[in-house]
Amino acid sequence: MLLRRSMIKMLIGLVLLANATNLFVFSAGGLTPASPALIDDGSRVQADSVADPLPHALVLTAIVIGFGVLAFAVALVSRLNSVIGSDDVEQVTEAEG
Amino acid sequence: MSLLVTLPVLIPLSAFAISLLMWRRPVVQRFVSLASAVLGLASAVSLLVHVESDGIQSVNVGGWPAPYGIALVSDLLSATMLILAAAVFLAGVVYSTATIDSSREAKGYYVLLNSLMLGVNGAFLAGDMFNLFVWFELMLISSFVLMAIGAERQQLEGAIKYVALNLVASALFLTSVGLLYGLAGTLNMADLSVKLSDSGYGGEQTVVAMLLMISFGVKAGAFPLFFWLPASYHTPPVVLTAIFSGLLTKVGVYALIRVFTLVFVNDAGFLRDVILAVAALTMVTGVLGALAQTEMRRLLSFHIISQIGYLLMGLGLFTVTSLAGAIFFMVHVVFAKASLFLVAGVVQRLRGTYDLPRLGGLYRSHPALSVVFLVPALSLAGLPPFSGFFAKVALVKAGLEIDSYAVVAVALVVSVLTLMSMTKIWTEAFWKTGPGEAKPDADFGGSELLLLGLPVIALAAMSVLAGIAAEPVFTLANDAAEQLLNREEYITAVLGEDR
Repeated sequence: MLLRRSMIKMLIGLVLLANATNLFVFSAGGLTPASPALIDDGSRVQADSVADPLPHALVLTAIVIGFGVLAFAVALVSRLNSVIGSDDVEQVTEAEG
Repeated sequence: MSLLVTLPVLIPLSAFAISLLMWRRPVVQRFVSLASAVLGLASAVSLLVHVESDGIQSVNVGGWPAPYGIALVSDLLSATMLILAAAVFLAGVVYSTATIDSSREAKGYYVLLNSLMLGVNGAFLAGDMFNLFVWFELMLISSFVLMAIGAERQQLEGAIKYVALNLVASALFLTSVGLLYGLAGTLNMADLSVKLSDSGYGGEQTVVAMLLMISFGVKAGAFPLFFWLPASYHTPPVVLTAIFSGLLTKVGVYALIRVFTLVFVNDAGFLRDVILAVAALTMVTGVLGALAQTEMRRLLSFHIISQIGYLLMGLGLFTVTSLAGAIFFMVHVVFAKASLFLVAGVVQRLRGTYDLPRLGGLYRSHPALSVVFLVPALSLAGLPPFSGFFAKVALVKAGLEIDSYAVVAVALVVSVLTLMSMTKIWTEAFWKTGPGEAKPDADFGGSELLLLGLPVIALAAMSVLAGIAAEPVFTLANDAAEQLLNREEYITAVLGEDR
């Protein structure tokens, strides 16, 4: 999708890539079927094995960043579309000179 | 003195917040940015002095000990980079006050400049990979908007290429962060350094290292990943090009140096060969691209790429001398490049064009401007007694010491070609009698002359100064390089003695 001539499709490609990356970080961090990383009332350490919360935190941050950046990219493509009158990447290259 | 390490982040953050609150008052934003730039430079200098006397400084933000908390680390290299960034930022802000039109100011130009600076400074201080990613993104989104602000057709076209390629690079970066966490279970760079060099992971490490090299390579503008740079850098107002050239690609190079001296030290022979090959190709393609250009900003943009090659060469040779050469070269190229772009801006202000064939005769009408151009131009080409000469001597010497004749030969040839293309600008814009003679030059007001001239002259003077005072600058670069190669010092500073 990233390599398509249409800029809208390129955007869809970027969205897919960003989400795929997030899922990848999630799974590379190790998916464990354990309890959430919460400590019971009254005790100072967690009772039994817990899932690693760090990949969650990383992915959450990455999702927020990715959302912001993609929102900008959508606005940029929309503006470019109204200036050039086309969403064809070729038009952009031709106008470069 | 933990405050000194956090100040380079705190100052632009406060300036960003204040100018955001003053959204409708660009004049206030100007002064806030100016104050932020001056304070930033002062804090960076005092940080360098502090690091030089007391060793590497590390601060655990929020009080959680490393490797669990977020660490901000400053060694000599990061402190030096902070100073360079602050100096270019200061010059850029002064130049902006005279050249940025009110419609751009009303759309938050100064707000974004401060958030850009926040991202850049954060990246220089980041002690773990994920924070490096976050600072990179902050820097990128600010530069995206700055690139597109004003929404001229050319700018939008440059911005779309810049955005698309950098987003792909960021995705690769995040992927390698995920892989690193999966491999080592930590993202703190000092901790990674310990875990990866103890572990038996060979092939996996190389894969992650290559992914990071691609991702940082895009941001640094290395061969063959630099195509976004000449396609976009000439489109925004020239002061932004100067700031970007001084900050953005250099953050990419900094990240490469940091990661390949600290984290990936196993299987280093292969990685260094790759870096050297990339360095040579970057130098050559950059300078050849520049030779074909006749528009000043485009020509200079290609030179950014060519100079990145020299920096990578220093990293690839991987000796104390070569890394010191790379750091010296960084000092030189940041000042020389930024001042060349700003001079190009003054030329455009005078004659209304960047096109070399339509320029000419500037030496006769503006001899002072010509000198200010000539100094960084000759420095970039590596002529003594300017800073570029000493930087290249160090790199060449380092290459000869370990018998890497091929890359040294490339570096020398590229140097000659750089001189050729600088001569081209000189003869076309300054020397020949131009067609522009008929039309009188635009007039400057006194204050505008001051605001344009001051940053240009200051940057060119820094470039000369780094050449005249080569000895102390090189000593600093040498200390920084020794610190880079002595990983123990960094690891102890972050993780403590009893790890």
